[in-house]
Amino acid sequence: MFEQHLLVLPIVLPLIAAPICILLMKSHLAWVFATIISGLSFFISVDLLFATLEQGVLNYAVGGWESPWGIELRIDAASAIVLSVVTGISTLVLVYAKESIAKEIDSSRHTLFYSAHLLCLTGLSGILITGDAFNLFVFLEISSLSTYTLVSLASDKRCLTAAFRYLVMGTIGATFILIGVGMMYMKTGTLNMLDLANRIAEYDGNRTINTGLAFILVGVSIKLALFPLHMWLPPAYTHAPSAVSAFLASTATKVAVYVMIRFIFTIYGAEYVFFTMDMDIILMVLAIVAIFKCSFMATVQSNIKTVLAYSSVAQIGYMILGISLVSSTGLMAGLLHVFNHALMKGALFMAVGAVFYRIGSVDIKAFQGLGKQMPLTMAAFAIAGLSIIGVPLTAGFVSKWYLVTAAIEQQHWIVAFLVLIGSLLAVVYIGRILEAAYFKKPSELTEGKTIKEAPILMLIPMWILVIANIYFGIDTSLSVTAADTAAQWLTQSIPEPFVSIPSVVTEETIK
Amino acid sequence: MSFIIDYYNYWIVVFLMMAGFYIVISANNLVKKVVGLNIFQTSVFMMYISIGKVTNGSAPIVAEGITTYSNPLPHVLILTAIVVGVATTAVGLALIVRIKRAYGTVEENEFKDKDDLI
Amino acid sequence: MNIWSALEPSLLINLTIIVPLIGAALVVLLGKYPNLRETASILIAIILFTLVLSITDNVFNQVEMATTWVTLLPGLDIAFSVEPLGVVFALVASFLWIITTIYAIGYMRGHNEDNQTRFFCCFALSISTVMAICFSDNLLTLFIFYELLTLSTYPLVTHAGTEDAKRGGRVYLGILLSTSIAFLLFAILGTWVSAGTLQFTPGGVFSDAQSDGLLALLLVLFCYGIGKAALMPFHRWLPAAMVAPTPVSSLLHAVAVVKAGVFSILKVIIYIFGIDNLSEIATTDVMLYIATATVLFSSCVAMTKDNLKARLAYSTVSQLSYIVVGALLASSVAAAGATFHIVTHAVGKITLFFCAGAIMVAAHKKNVSEMAGLGRKMPITMAAFAIGALSIIGLPPMAGTWSKWYLIVGALETDKLIIVAVLTISSLLNVAYLLPIPIKAFFHAIKPNSANQQSTNQPLQPWSWSETKEAPLPSLIAIGITSTACVVLFFYPQPILDLINLIPGVSTSVKGQS
Repeated sequence: MFEQHLLVLPIVLPLIAAPICILLMKSHLAWVFATIISGLSFFISVDLLFATLEQGVLNYAVGGWESPWGIELRIDAASAIVLSVVTGISTLVLVYAKESIAKEIDSSRHTLFYSAHLLCLTGLSGILITGDAFNLFVFLEISSLSTYTLVSLASDKRCLTAAFRYLVMGTIGATFILIGVGMMYMKTGTLNMLDLANRIAEYDGNRTINTGLAFILVGVSIKLALFPLHMWLPPAYTHAPSAVSAFLASTATKVAVYVMIRFIFTIYGAEYVFFTMDMDIILMVLAIVAIFKCSFMATVQSNIKTVLAYSSVAQIGYMILGISLVSSTGLMAGLLHVFNHALMKGALFMAVGAVFYRIGSVDIKAFQGLGKQMPLTMAAFAIAGLSIIGVPLTAGFVSKWYLVTAAIEQQHWIVAFLVLIGSLLAVVYIGRILEAAYFKKPSELTEGKTIKEAPILMLIPMWILVIANIYFGIDTSLSVTAADTAAQWLTQSIPEPFVSIPSVVTEETIK
Repeated sequence: MSFIIDYYNYWIVVFLMMAGFYIVISANNLVKKVVGLNIFQTSVFMMYISIGKVTNGSAPIVAEGITTYSNPLPHVLILTAIVVGVATTAVGLALIVRIKRAYGTVEENEFKDKDDLI
Repeated sequence: MNIWSALEPSLLINLTIIVPLIGAALVVLLGKYPNLRETASILIAIILFTLVLSITDNVFNQVEMATTWVTLLPGLDIAFSVEPLGVVFALVASFLWIITTIYAIGYMRGHNEDNQTRFFCCFALSISTVMAICFSDNLLTLFIFYELLTLSTYPLVTHAGTEDAKRGGRVYLGILLSTSIAFLLFAILGTWVSAGTLQFTPGGVFSDAQSDGLLALLLVLFCYGIGKAALMPFHRWLPAAMVAPTPVSSLLHAVAVVKAGVFSILKVIIYIFGIDNLSEIATTDVMLYIATATVLFSSCVAMTKDNLKARLAYSTVSQLSYIVVGALLASSVAAAGATFHIVTHAVGKITLFFCAGAIMVAAHKKNVSEMAGLGRKMPITMAAFAIGALSIIGLPPMAGTWSKWYLIVGALETDKLIIVAVLTISSLLNVAYLLPIPIKAFFHAIKPNSANQQSTNQPLQPWSWSETKEAPLPSLIAIGITSTACVVLFFYPQPILDLINLIPGVSTSVKGQS
């Protein structure tokens, strides 16, 4: 099987390319090289996605050591979806980055940026592909360490304190995961995920296993910025270079959500986590509070990057809510939102970066009157914003639809209602910006200046994401099928009465 | 009492962990925060190493006449984790150097006054 | 009648949605040549009307028409199909679009409005979404185009670009979006999960096994979720939207937007709940009395308003609730009355709005109190106003008579005498707030100081009584056509009634006592 050997490439390619980027010395050479490498990874990931949809799971024994002794790489539909998103967004962001970092990062550090970006990509791909719990920790740290450096590359000095705070929080989170993995190993003596899953089932309710679960969930929650452990995220996303914010917002937290899904559904098993430990109610409450608190915080910020950062935390709430509903539809909605949210947030941050490129500010005042001056950028922002709100015919609508459906299926009527009310807050914070852009007179920041449209290299990736937002809002067959397959596969461990009715209505029920 | 003695390695780990954690939270100086982070991580390394010990086990080197070995895998794992920890410290210290250059201080309360971090 | 018979019947549905879109594109392309642009607008409007006529013809010949665009989610399509209720609404909307375009040309030029190209473009876009709403085959399609209608009319509401217009636009968008997302989408999802389908099905989609509580909740959610029906307390957007230019108010807020709201309610009640099952739902009566309260309250509020457009807006709120009452009475006759009321109220109210706009263009007057003696200067306009007012009140020989007749018969049939009483009282209130306007205009003397008063309000537009003349010719033509329609529909309601009788479960004939 050729695909099986493809499996290792998304990790190895960027890993080897990262130091070469620094050796290339020239900024534009490094840019071309990094973009090609990332593009290659993307094609491999899409190929892997289709392969997993056909054949289920692919695996690869690193160094020829068979699992559970060696490190196993394995990819199923869930990881393949997220992998395609990560590599795809990474490629688009790299295309976008050339112009964007020219304004935001000191030119002597450009090659370092590309190198750190590729390392981050290595780490994220590694997390998604590995089948080994400890290996996952290592890749998590590879991606995190390169993320801290990426955040600190901006020319604004506040990025340094933001990066430091991120480093402290991120390291605590990672160490918690390490403790959790250690406790699992202590009891079971294995680190392979599938092997762990089998053996954990034998130790039902053991205290060490329980404690390990607690450490891992808290650690992962820090990494994915689940309320109230999200405090590192808004400053980091606000002060990072726009290209980095676009990349991190649409990939890093998504991968962390994937890690949570992996630990809950594959390793510990949904039955144990949700019915023995009652984690669902904790996650559900935190998710709903995240949606409301952070959507509300987003409505009162004047820095647009902060608005988008808080919105990200709120959107993560939707994904966790999907997981906490304990049904295949809920998990599917969560996965679908991981995919769709990457598309929207990537486009939004790119649009904001384009505004910064032309005006040098991301305050809401800078947006005033921009609808006429940067029509393409603002149109992209508007469409991606509508997708965040969940307007029909955009990708955001599809995931909200499934999320609410899942909530109603589980008889959580109030949760379903709260999700819809939550999207009204999105109407407010996106509406504010659109109102400024289209209906307000230019402020003193932009008054009298002629502002040109963003450069074409920024517009193309932005609009690819915008079009993807619309495309996946209308033709949902690919995204829904992939998420559905992944969710079905992951929720096999949920006992019968809790597996929801199939989301696909058959011909008979209509007639 | 035996509860304390039998599990003394864990008590040490817990003590170090909490001490490190406390320093990270309470320290005002960024370098001290990194030190605290290191202590915090080191406690976890010790936990890993101590669980690899098998009673009456020898060092995991094949030798004649020895049938019980301690588990070598946690040591290997923790070697990786130490590398990760060193890298984290390096990045943290590098950031502190740049913070010192940008703000002229590494005391958190002093640069917090200079700009309102969200 | 069927000039498009050569075309595939199902293609007609696509055309009704696409033709206005082409119109919008043409308007943008011809933006620099106002005469060509307006000619294109009218031509497109006429083509659309003939298309709808062909569809009507096909409906009478029982030709099945349906089309699917895309499968949005598994089991959920964006699909369209033709059923008589939608045809009634499509006929009204497409016919009045022609008239409104003619009127708008006179109004916009007479008023020297800016951004006329944007105006005509959004106008065409919103008609396209209305057509899609008319022919939508399931709730999801309806919902999508319902939202698109809100979004595409927002630039029209804020057309003036003033602070007032923006505030009105914000209320408009805020209420319509939040009710639709929080309630309507919720109700649709509830229906989807519990019934397993969103397809409009004659007799309803719910099986007997559904719990009563669920249906009761869904009914309330639907009634309030369709915020465009302006049921109290979610009616504030309608008066707020009156900041729009008058042609917008007339087409969108007498016909397209508000009627899309009540049309959706009718469609949900006929095709999702089923008229026969309605009486078993616990909250039907609650919603019924909320609707009757809306009828009364908003009539009372209308009396207190001096601004003519605000008065008409509250009158619209009250008239919309007539239709909701008709839908909720759970009687086939009342439903027929409600459907017919969509038609008669549309022609009546649009006449009134046209007149209000004509008065504003020709005499620069907005308030009822300043209109004394205006009838001598603008006899045609004020006569048309009187006809429109009589039709809204429901006096013969105007079209409004029939719809009220069927509504009251329906209320009697279900033994709801309170409703009968409220409908009668409301008619009296209509008399009280509408008729004084033409009476003042024709029989009162001109107030000498009204001219000065006006000039302080609008110092930029010098104006004097002596120069006041009739409205621009295109506007007059439009007013003439709609006021004639009010009369014609009284004498020849049969074609529309035939169409209404084709709606499953709806009939104009009273069931015999049993």
